[in-house]
Amino acid sequence: MSNRLLNWFKFASPASFYPLAGRMVPWFWALAAVFGAAGLWISLFVAPPDAVQGNGYRIIFVHVPASWMSMFIYLVMAMWAGLGLVFNTRLSAMMAQALAPTGAMMAFLSLWTGAFWGKPMWGAWWVWDARLTSELILLFLYLGFITLQAAIDDPRRADKAGAILALVGVVNVPIIYFSVKWWNTLHQGASVSVNKAPAMAHTMLLGMLLMALCFWMYAAAVAFRRVRAIILEREAHTEWASRLDEVMS
Amino acid sequence: MKAFLAIVHRDLLLVIRRKNEVLASLSFFVIVTSLFPLGIGADPALLRKVAPGVIWVAALLSTMLGLQRMFAADFADGTLEQMVLSPTPLILLVAGKITAHWIVSGLPLVLLAPLMGIQFDLHLGTLGIFMAALLLGTPVLSLIGSIGAALTLGVRGGGVLLSLLILPLYIPALVFGAGAVYANESGMDAGGHLSLLAALLVLAAFFAPWATTAAIRIAVE
Repeated sequence: MSNRLLNWFKFASPASFYPLAGRMVPWFWALAAVFGAAGLWISLFVAPPDAVQGNGYRIIFVHVPASWMSMFIYLVMAMWAGLGLVFNTRLSAMMAQALAPTGAMMAFLSLWTGAFWGKPMWGAWWVWDARLTSELILLFLYLGFITLQAAIDDPRRADKAGAILALVGVVNVPIIYFSVKWWNTLHQGASVSVNKAPAMAHTMLLGMLLMALCFWMYAAAVAFRRVRAIILEREAHTEWASRLDEVMS
Repeated sequence: MKAFLAIVHRDLLLVIRRKNEVLASLSFFVIVTSLFPLGIGADPALLRKVAPGVIWVAALLSTMLGLQRMFAADFADGTLEQMVLSPTPLILLVAGKITAHWIVSGLPLVLLAPLMGIQFDLHLGTLGIFMAALLLGTPVLSLIGSIGAALTLGVRGGGVLLSLLILPLYIPALVFGAGAVYANESGMDAGGHLSLLAALLVLAAFFAPWATTAAIRIAVE
């Protein structure tokens, strides 16, 4: 029992996580490429045009996965930040820091593709609707987190201060997700949900899920790549870091 | 409770000794709201329409101005560290400081708002709702703001950073606060908005001092 616990916590140390992340990154890239190729093929060639929106709806295959990931990454980031605060583990805070830029990019992408979709369908790039606004707030929260971390020189203090901010902001995620249900907004309701049949053709759904998996794997690959850089930067003074091949050469 | 009152008393005394800082942020509130009619034209119908939003946004900004004062001076001269070390629970002292901040920067806004409302040609009945909304909303601003003030203690470019962190979190208070006034102005019941604002206040009063305490401990660590 104690043996298993030891194994579990082994990767909480930057020194043992660094090589593990290095081994995982190529796999996540490969998965992202496979899911992306399959998802793009289905969404661009196989899925039928929409009855109402014609071919214009196809941006959904980028828009919805980006929105999902922007919320999901925030939750994961807040979880790592909370773990870092509770257990005082350095690696958790590094993971939170590594996830933030990717999450901000996803939130931006979601707003940007949403604007491209909104212009032909609603006739406006932007409307002050609950879901759009709360997604914008999510982007601001990401930016606040990144700026706060960048402004504090002591990395441990930056980690903890960022963690508190991330946990305070986590209130916003359910608001985004349920905003379409709570307020009667212009944004259409969720097309996919767990407890009812999806309101779209199966091929469309498949394309969207594949693209979501692609985005997910991409986010993991980039986050692990970034966390490796952060580990190297912060652990530069340690002995194990100075013995790494990429540092020696 | 005694410690709480002592902190409130001390902070108020400090403010009275240096009145100009507080008066400056109140004048800021009055000036910002007075600029709008000059900028967008003095059409009464238009002014009545933008008044709740404008006055609320000005209230957010003038609250922001005072936030940095909440802990910065105590942090600089080491008083905050003594508070952390004192046997009294830090959360009580923090609650006292938040209360003092609200009395100094929130309460005057509640009292000034009817005056600004008259400038914007709001109906007299609406002014009452406006004051009620501000009375429920400004403590939320002080409470949430205290988290940002504690997080940015001793940080480079703290002022700008503080606004970046806190303004997004102020949005719910702004939406429901201005919403209550709009609802009343257009003849609907403002009760729903005020209830949501009160719910926000309860939530913030419960969680914010706790988060602020954690942030202060990190800052003085």
